[in-house]
Amino acid sequence: MTRNLSRRQLLAVAGLGATAALTGCSTVAGGLTTSRDTGTLDFWNLFGGGDGVRMQQMLDGFRAEHTDIELAAVTLAWGNPYYTKLSLATLGDRPPEVAISHLTRMKNLVRASLLEELRPDDLARHGMTPDKFNQRAWEAALVDGKAYCIPIDTHPFVMFYNTDICQQAGLLDSAGKLTPFDSEAAFTDAMRKAKEVTGGSGGALAFTSETATPWRMFQSFYSQLGGQMLAEDGTKVVIDDAKATRVLAFMQSLTRDGLFPNPIDYQGSIAMFANGQTAFLFQGEWEITTFQTAKMPFSMTLFPNVFGGSNYAVQADSHTFVLPRQPSRDAARLDRSLTFIRSMLDQSKTWTEGGHVPLWLPFAESGDYAQMSPQSNYASAADGAAYDAEGWYSGSGSNFEIITGSAIGDVLSGAATPQQAIAQMRGNLEQLAGTPSPL
Amino acid sequence: MSTQTSDQTDTDARRGIAPTAPRRGAAPRQGRPAAGFLAPFAVLYLLFVIGPALYGLVLSFTDASLVKPGLNGSAGFGNYAEALSSSDFWSSLWHTLWFTILTTPPLVILGFVLALLANRVARGRWFFRLAFFAPYILPSAVVALIWMWLYTPALGLLDTALTKVGMTAPSWLGDAAWAMPSLAITTVWWTLGFNFVLYLAGLQEIPRDLYEAAAMDGAGPWQQVRRITIPMLGRTTTLVAVLQVIASLKVFDQMYLMTGGGPNFATRSILQLVYDEGFTNYRVGYAAAVSMLFFLVVLAVSAVWFTLVRRQERVV
Repeated sequence: MTRNLSRRQLLAVAGLGATAALTGCSTVAGGLTTSRDTGTLDFWNLFGGGDGVRMQQMLDGFRAEHTDIELAAVTLAWGNPYYTKLSLATLGDRPPEVAISHLTRMKNLVRASLLEELRPDDLARHGMTPDKFNQRAWEAALVDGKAYCIPIDTHPFVMFYNTDICQQAGLLDSAGKLTPFDSEAAFTDAMRKAKEVTGGSGGALAFTSETATPWRMFQSFYSQLGGQMLAEDGTKVVIDDAKATRVLAFMQSLTRDGLFPNPIDYQGSIAMFANGQTAFLFQGEWEITTFQTAKMPFSMTLFPNVFGGSNYAVQADSHTFVLPRQPSRDAARLDRSLTFIRSMLDQSKTWTEGGHVPLWLPFAESGDYAQMSPQSNYASAADGAAYDAEGWYSGSGSNFEIITGSAIGDVLSGAATPQQAIAQMRGNLEQLAGTPSPL
Repeated sequence: MSTQTSDQTDTDARRGIAPTAPRRGAAPRQGRPAAGFLAPFAVLYLLFVIGPALYGLVLSFTDASLVKPGLNGSAGFGNYAEALSSSDFWSSLWHTLWFTILTTPPLVILGFVLALLANRVARGRWFFRLAFFAPYILPSAVVALIWMWLYTPALGLLDTALTKVGMTAPSWLGDAAWAMPSLAITTVWWTLGFNFVLYLAGLQEIPRDLYEAAAMDGAGPWQQVRRITIPMLGRTTTLVAVLQVIASLKVFDQMYLMTGGGPNFATRSILQLVYDEGFTNYRVGYAAAVSMLFFLVVLAVSAVWFTLVRRQERVV
């Protein structure tokens, strides 16, 4: 004769079970409230391209040298998603110890009070004094005379070229170097010759589902003409119609005349260049590792000075290490973070193998760097770097780049005329410029 | 159920037992235990749904920014004025409605057709149930990844397949005219299973003798579907349609993961606008205003459903 479980017994058992579970939960609750001084160094970055491989090598180098520090590195999607996550994590008092930030975005993060100031005595203790960095970049990174970041590189927009195809097309000089294109005619002529050899395209510029690349080419040409996009901290839109139309018309002629593929997305342009279906690729220098792994005959050089004459300019940005604002002060944690950054700087050689132009003078001024080919070919791009204009909505991968890149992409695809694109850019940017800054 | 109690009173009457009158105090006496059982849920609901909604309403009248402390000053109706006069707001609302229009009819009709076909299968119905429902259990990131690879220009499976047949493939995610239909196709593949299962269950509740009687009266298969199946599935269709509309209005994942709202913001949905403005641009006050306006839209849709269901209940 079995007695059925009565309701009271069920509730009693459930109550005991819940109490047992809650005592277990207390450790979870404890973990949620106390500060996260676990000795782990969290490092967030957005390096997914060819240079992501190099960064992994540098992180392994750090782990091998510093076995007492536990490094947890996370790679997040490039652009707005990365900076949104970094901002929200810092606001929620759960930031990583060290993070990567583009120079153009770092200033907005400082204005939003999301970064720790790097004090000179802390930096000096780890040997990272201002005189050890490229002066131009160090000065550009200061905000009100204070340092909030440590720049490691400048990464300009460059031109990759297939040496075999260019040889066949007669574009290389006697020393095997590419003859520079210093006019629109020279540029299109070279593309046409290359197209005859490849049977496909002359050069490739990704613009489908991609906004940064078309913006970078436009910004390079436009800055060579001396044009500006924004003024007064992003509150005014000062697009020069004549210069912008000239650049956009030139860019549109490249896809219209079949010299550049249409449509083509980022990965497609990489694949086309790696497979020899195109002789030139216009992209950031970070893709060098991809093509070295593909073992194809290529080299790199400065982005063509088509419009600049004696005023060379090319779109570039710099990667910097920043310390997000921590919920509590901890000297040991600060030292671990600075040790990590110093280790990254010491491995500048590996980072430069990823294609970047180094700013850490102990390496940049050494013979090692001058011998690195093709990386040293475009070292002078750092001096002609045209950074994105300042503004709360501007910076690498920001809404500014999305708006401009989309309009330029429409011109390249033939969906819009240069005039329509400029009007669209001006309209959308003026909306943002007129919005009071949330920072 | 109404039939059971009437049986009980009939039995009582036959036995000669007077039917017991309902106790007057029965309902109120259940009040306090009921409230006690509802309390945990009510607390959580207040804390995590009502509270934040009210806070969002308050925020929408301020200039609040994520990176500035406090409410950062009142903006009055400024945020609402900005939203209603902003082309970004109206275009993302239109994109959301266009997405709803593109996905709801196929999801309802295809779900019904596939359930009809699966219902006819005698053996192996489990296989079709599995095949059509399986995509529904995938997380949105997996679905986005699969379809982004399918849609890749020149290298993707769809492009190579179409080129083999001799057609030129459009730029699925890069052409403004094709981006939203491409996202719609992805969504239909992904969420069809849910409607399919609902319809299948509804089909199996239709009594067989209705079909047999109709067949004896000389109704062909198409007439049977039109005159018996579809009317009997009326409640299911309403449920499926309304669930579909509300889910489509809330779309975010596909846009964010597959096109990032592009090309040139052509696929940005209203929720993505809220995310972009509130979290990426730090303007939570403005984003709260946009979300309140969206809430009104969803409220309107729900009101339509409510009246529809009410009318159906009354008819039955």
